[in-house]
Amino acid sequence: MMDKLIFGRYIPGDSLIHKLDPRAKLMGSMYFIGIIFLANNWQAYALLFLFTMFVIQLSKIKLSFFINGVKPLIWLILFTVILQVLFTGGGTIYFSWGPITVSQEGILNGLYIFCRFVLIIFMSTLLTLTTMPLSLTDAIEFLLRPLLALKVPVYEIALMLSIALRFVPTLMDETEKIMNAQRARGVDFGEGNVFQQMKAIVPLLIPLFVSSFNRAEELATAMEARGYQGGEGRSKYRLLKWETRDTLVIVVYALVTIGLIFLRK
Amino acid sequence: MDIIFEKVGFTYQKGTPFENRALYDIDMIIKEGSFTALVGHTGSGKSTVLQHLNALMKPSEGTVTIGDRVITSETNNKNLKSIRKQVGIVFQFPEAQLFEETVAKDIAFGPRNFGVSEEEAIKLAGEMLPLVGLDESFMERSPFDLSGGQMRRVAIAGVLAMEPHTLVLDEPTAGLDPQGRKEMMDMFYRLHKEKGLTIVLVTHLMDDVADYADHMIILEKGTVVKEGTPREIFQDESWLKTKQLGVPAAVSFSNRLDERLGALDTQPALTATELADSIANRVKALKAGDEQ
Repeated sequence: MMDKLIFGRYIPGDSLIHKLDPRAKLMGSMYFIGIIFLANNWQAYALLFLFTMFVIQLSKIKLSFFINGVKPLIWLILFTVILQVLFTGGGTIYFSWGPITVSQEGILNGLYIFCRFVLIIFMSTLLTLTTMPLSLTDAIEFLLRPLLALKVPVYEIALMLSIALRFVPTLMDETEKIMNAQRARGVDFGEGNVFQQMKAIVPLLIPLFVSSFNRAEELATAMEARGYQGGEGRSKYRLLKWETRDTLVIVVYALVTIGLIFLRK
Repeated sequence: MDIIFEKVGFTYQKGTPFENRALYDIDMIIKEGSFTALVGHTGSGKSTVLQHLNALMKPSEGTVTIGDRVITSETNNKNLKSIRKQVGIVFQFPEAQLFEETVAKDIAFGPRNFGVSEEEAIKLAGEMLPLVGLDESFMERSPFDLSGGQMRRVAIAGVLAMEPHTLVLDEPTAGLDPQGRKEMMDMFYRLHKEKGLTIVLVTHLMDDVADYADHMIILEKGTVVKEGTPREIFQDESWLKTKQLGVPAAVSFSNRLDERLGALDTQPALTATELADSIANRVKALKAGDEQ
């Protein structure tokens, strides 16, 4: 079940994309999600598509990883596309029944939305596949730092994030272990009606909660024992370093933006 | 009810970029009524084999025969419950599986899943507690108020309550104190002798293997490299060392003794009791020599 989850996994490598500063990658990905809304015709989408394929090529990660990243969300995407197709008017109307109309514009919009979804997922998958979760939290911490002036507990947020990310695999392992133990005691997960399935979750959730609380307490003790007392004045093991190639990311994005504005009607 | 592995192989996450072969070419039989020890270095595939014993996992290649059921990669996931009832598994640190409000309810959980009535299951729970060395007063307590060792016993009672024919134990004494360890192993041995329970013990402790098991299977890198009685296998100390496995303390002691004083013509000692006998024999022989 969990083996199929590709989204959010880090794949080690030494491509140009891997080496980029996580801040550049994070800001780049967010900026990409912003400028995708500039595209409103197929030429603009073609440009974005080519750009995405180009960076995927640079990352030296197989395309199948990215397609697998889309798979879990395919129903959500199709649902949105179908809504768009059925309820948008304009242009030539092919079919009409009550409030439902299938029009040229609707189909076109549906296609655009599909592309938008896929491109956004590809880009964010690229970010998580090529960036270690801990580097990503470092980047988030850095970008949130201005909020310190507003008394936002930025260090604590970053710590919570990195601990959460660190324990995702541990929790997955734990879940699998407990599931196995309960299956060996005759529980059928994923069988029977909704009520039975919900009931089957209880013997899984309670032990999981108990062990998570225990682990949290142990972790806190271990951290205190090693003298942890918050982010203020704490030095860093991993230092973020902004290089020329990271500046290049900004330049490339500027070019893509200009291209998009030029292409859009 | 024998459990037979024929050419069993297993690959994790087959067909994904994270593919990882854990087992290959495993042929072995776990005979009804035997006490089999499954031994191997970390990462040798013990845990994966263990989950094949009651069809929690299905082999990617080959077949696993459990009693009259044959499990292959194509076996349907449904209707496996009867196998789970026959082969009970006590996983490592089984106390993690406790979740009910009371000890009695938790022990009754297994039998309830296999269709035993609530009343009957609670009665069964009451019978299981003395088996694991706890008394009736524990029935209404919360499992989360117990000590680690007591929780472990309750969890084991929960598996025993399913009344399996075969009991699979994955390092059941890990993290217990020496006294608790011995008590627990003696309890399993008693169940094996008195109720004829087939036992599969996964362990790192060679002393336990020597003391309790009648058959021993050694796994390495996902396949069986040696099989036989503990007496046969522990004879070759240097081979075991190359597999990063040791021998029981008694065997090691006896071998060192043989090196210093010359080997006796009786078979080498396997357990502490045998070692004591062989030392007594040496002393007797010496005394007899003195008197002449």
